[in-house]
Amino acid sequence: MATRPILARLEGAEHRYGKTQALAGLDLEVRAGEVLAVLGPNGAGKTTAIRLLLGDLRIQSGRVRVFDLPPDAPEVRTRRGAMLQTSGVPDMLTVAEHLELFRAYYPAPLPSSRLSAMAGLDALGGRRFAHLSGGQKQRLFFALALAGDPELVFLDEPTAGLDLEGRLSLWEEIRRLREAGRTAVLTTHYLEEADALADRVVVIQNGAAIAEGTPAEIKSRAGGRLIRAHTRIGEDEAASLDGVVRVTRRGRQLEVLTSRPEAALRKMFALDPELDDLTVVGAGLEEAFLVLTDANGSSGGNGE
Amino acid sequence: MTTGSAAAPAVLPGGRRRSARTYLLETRAQFLSVWRRPAFSVPTLAFPLMFYLFFGIVMPSSGFSAAAPTYLLATYGVFAVLGPSLFGFGVGLAADRDTGALALKRTTPMPAAAYFFARVATAALFGVILVAGLFLLGAYGGGVALHRGQWFALAGAILVGVVPFSALGLWIGAWVKAQAAVAIVNVVFLPMALLSGLWFPITMFPEALQAFAGFFPAYHLSQLALKTIALDLGHPALYHLLVLAGETAFFLAMAVRGYRRFAG
Repeated sequence: MATRPILARLEGAEHRYGKTQALAGLDLEVRAGEVLAVLGPNGAGKTTAIRLLLGDLRIQSGRVRVFDLPPDAPEVRTRRGAMLQTSGVPDMLTVAEHLELFRAYYPAPLPSSRLSAMAGLDALGGRRFAHLSGGQKQRLFFALALAGDPELVFLDEPTAGLDLEGRLSLWEEIRRLREAGRTAVLTTHYLEEADALADRVVVIQNGAAIAEGTPAEIKSRAGGRLIRAHTRIGEDEAASLDGVVRVTRRGRQLEVLTSRPEAALRKMFALDPELDDLTVVGAGLEEAFLVLTDANGSSGGNGE
Repeated sequence: MTTGSAAAPAVLPGGRRRSARTYLLETRAQFLSVWRRPAFSVPTLAFPLMFYLFFGIVMPSSGFSAAAPTYLLATYGVFAVLGPSLFGFGVGLAADRDTGALALKRTTPMPAAAYFFARVATAALFGVILVAGLFLLGAYGGGVALHRGQWFALAGAILVGVVPFSALGLWIGAWVKAQAAVAIVNVVFLPMALLSGLWFPITMFPEALQAFAGFFPAYHLSQLALKTIALDLGHPALYHLLVLAGETAFFLAMAVRGYRRFAG
């Protein structure tokens, strides 16, 4: 995996919008053939990172390279595709007309029929953009991003605002993209989206990477465990236990997310000897994310 | 796995043909997206023809100057190209920027010039349709009789207007939000048409207003158009052309400034 060539990279990228620091020295590498998820809460700097990689924003400090070239080089434009977080196309043109127009921009575009099939637009060629549903619009933007048969695709929150069905259908398209050997960079704050699609996840917070690895590595590095038990321990009491990041009560069941499960469990048994129906499971990516960002926020240092 | 690396095909075969196709398809897309919006295309096409029919043909026949249908053919021709150029850029560009359509195109290899070419060409196409309509009305309804050379010269002079008016629209579109653009364009469009003497001959205005007209590109263009049928006020053509060129350059410079402000 590590030997794959690097298609795009950010090195020590810093960016400010006025007084707001969006990126504070972000390093990012995109390797050939992988789906990389850039994961972070709103305002973490995901979109800024994408806009730098697209050459849409000029980098203020640090270095950005795509295919070893400046990100706005003409050659780069023909070899990558992009789906922006807020984008549009003229309302009155049909799906087929939009596809034909975008295909004309590229030297070796994918056939329209293939694009329609890949994005699930087969039955919609004659429909005007204005009459598409939200999910259909996103699928059209996805198809437009692939029009030039790109080696590298940037997808900035591709499923934002979609219903469950729309999200699942777009996930399917992204998986097929990966099976076809393309490289994709995906930003998302849907954690299960990164888990479901990505080979590698970079977690960013406050404009810098705080963790990186496969979804499984992120989960284990965070070391988070979910403890579930029937107990009379109060929520406030549980929140003060070792390494606890989150406490949830569902009826009699208390759920505790902690980075130090052994120590927390010892105290829980001490507090409530009648504690029963105990399970301890590895945290999902969502919980891992909470553990990582919590550790980063409280210590001010790296989450590891 | 050893998928594509930094070594890329540097030469893009068929680049020129592809480029021509991009310009053509971009223009078609632009034209269709305007054409299919009846709220825009119907008034843009119908108003100049209706105005000319009433003020140029029906009313003058009951006792105005016999030259009125000929004179007003030139000025309503200028009025006809003013609308599509101002709206195409002023409203169209602002809308493309606000919806993110422009940002999406900027991620592609589309040449920026193709986008602007498409908008100018769309305005010119509307202009051609309108000039043809006005000429038919003038010749068959208003008894306008010109030499063949004059018809062509008049049409050419009118269509030159697409350039300065598009530049003016670009300035507006680069500075205002899409919701405001329609209102701003109308505030520029209608008073300029009136004060430049496009609806009524400039000579019917008080002298102070006539002098004021010299600020407007529409006035200078209408004088050029009137010169082709020898009904202008008598300034040299070069003077009007220079003013138009200077104003166009100014509009473009202001547009670039406004655009930079948005690109931030």
